[in-house]
Amino acid sequence: MGAPERSERGVRRGARLVVRLAQPAPIPLDVAFDCSPGELLALIGPSGSGKTTILRAIAGLATPRDALIRLGDCIWAELHGGSGKALSPQARRSGLVFQDYALFPHLDVIGNIATALGHLPRAQRKARARELLARVNLEGLGGRRPSALSGGQRQRVALARALAREPAVLLLDEPFSAVDHATRKRLQRELAQLRQSLDIPCILVTHDLREAIGLADRIALIDHGRLLQIGPPEEILSAPVSPRAARLVGHTNIFEGRLVAAPDGASSGGARLALDWRGKRLELADQRGHGVGAEQGVGAEQRAGAEQSAGAEQSAGRAASVGEEQDVGAAFGVGDEVTWMIPSSAIVLHRRGRPSRGERENPVPGTVIETLVFGAETQVTLEPAHAPELPLTFQISTHAAARNGIRPGVAATVSLLADAIHLMAHPAEGNTDGRTR
Amino acid sequence: MDWRAIDISLSLALWAIVLLIPLATLLARWLAWTRVRGRSLVATLIALPLVLPPTVLGFYLLEAFAPGTPLAALFRALGGSGSLAFSFEGLVLAALIFNLPFAVQPIERAFEAIPPHVREAAWVSGLGSWQTFWRIELPLAWPGFVTAIALVFAHSLGEFGVVLMVGGNIEGVTRTASVAIYDKMQALDSAGAGRMSLLLLAISFVAIAIVNASARRRGGPE
Repeated sequence: MGAPERSERGVRRGARLVVRLAQPAPIPLDVAFDCSPGELLALIGPSGSGKTTILRAIAGLATPRDALIRLGDCIWAELHGGSGKALSPQARRSGLVFQDYALFPHLDVIGNIATALGHLPRAQRKARARELLARVNLEGLGGRRPSALSGGQRQRVALARALAREPAVLLLDEPFSAVDHATRKRLQRELAQLRQSLDIPCILVTHDLREAIGLADRIALIDHGRLLQIGPPEEILSAPVSPRAARLVGHTNIFEGRLVAAPDGASSGGARLALDWRGKRLELADQRGHGVGAEQGVGAEQRAGAEQSAGAEQSAGRAASVGEEQDVGAAFGVGDEVTWMIPSSAIVLHRRGRPSRGERENPVPGTVIETLVFGAETQVTLEPAHAPELPLTFQISTHAAARNGIRPGVAATVSLLADAIHLMAHPAEGNTDGRTR
Repeated sequence: MDWRAIDISLSLALWAIVLLIPLATLLARWLAWTRVRGRSLVATLIALPLVLPPTVLGFYLLEAFAPGTPLAALFRALGGSGSLAFSFEGLVLAALIFNLPFAVQPIERAFEAIPPHVREAAWVSGLGSWQTFWRIELPLAWPGFVTAIALVFAHSLGEFGVVLMVGGNIEGVTRTASVAIYDKMQALDSAGAGRMSLLLLAISFVAIAIVNASARRRGGPE
């Protein structure tokens, strides 16, 4: 549908977007990332972290002091210290879906979409607008004003308007935040389908980690205007570069420890490492593959148990490169003070009287101090016997909690799956620079 | 019935609208979307005619219209003959001044009410500033324009103090309907004053009704 016209207009298909932004104020920014055609990059981070400003800068609605925004060979902005050249928003051909959709309230749906069809002869605009309307599953609603549409319908109109210009980049600013849960799920599915037919870079701003994981090829974690980490969702989840990055993606089990030589490690050449956590020795998986192990941990969430599946090996191969790319893992040695974390999904509760394979790994006995029921899931807080001031939190299914008699005050043991334990630089040594001592 | 006075009043109102609305649009748009030093000074100056006694405003206008002032020189340069004071042109100029807040403020509020994202969406959709103005801003701000037009019309028709000061009471030149009604009352012709008042009432009513109907038709979402 869109493709033939695009070639008609002689526009190169699918150019890569390169973004480098820096400014000290009003919202501090210091980010650099690329986005390939067909790729969906999610910018996530707490509110006020500058995500939306980045999107606006790409669209030409904000001008950072220093900026390089390039689409293929076409420079959209090149600013140094506030001066330089920057194309106007009109000249950039970006499709932007605003968080509040920003539909034109005085125009009907067709009028809204046709407004962005200025590149077509007037006579063709209505027909093209109807085509776009069909593409977002809104046939027949063309005569309505935005005020007569539901939230989900408005979002679709905004998306159709953004696509109307045959944009070279699609920018989505929290496009699902203003609709109810059921509509959000449906719209997310539609976006996932739609983007398969788009050969342009797509950037999605969201504060919803699950949304980012579900939709994005890569995630850029933004905090205080800085890019903390960028990578595939599984890497962002399982191998955060810093404690801050770990907390931002929801990890709570973040602790400090010291690396020691594993007692049995001498067998396989290089010194295998183990972790000393306040006097408790924890096994670690092969250091080159943190990302690997953690990914298994994430997978374990779906399996809801300690049973390891063969699929984990498969994903291990994929993520091994990730582990190498991020030199964090490789840079540790015996004696290092480190910050480490384990996803709550890789903390496995020992079932009463029914030991299973995973339970031999890193058993940590302790006392349950709190249980919080969130519907089918229960969040358990456990004080380890060796370090009661460093509680572990993890989720189990509510019925499993009941069956195992998990309630505050009872003794319980958990396993910390070695594969999922992820080491980070000690906070005192900075976030991403790795080890300096 | 003093038809000449009615004619002068209506002409004055129309000229005020035609000249003032574009000027007010520029000012209002600037005030609505600019946050610079001097903005509040300009806003205060524009609001001044609201609180200034009409005779005071009239006095200063007369001073400004006096022969030898830049304004009088400009009037001459533009082909005006005689004095700017006590002329219809002077009256129109005065009307522009005393109507300024009535024109600027409703339009400014209407522009302010347009969500910034809507204008940005227009730019991102490829509309230039001029297209954005005509196709997005103007239709959305239309109710403000309607209010401004109605207020300028009513105020031009009704202003008495400034008109008497600046225009005097020259029949066929600067004697507006309001002044004529005052004249008739002075001459104890209360029947004549009553007829003129009734006609002004009717004109005002019809004008405002037309303007309101137009606001309903064009303004905002249904």
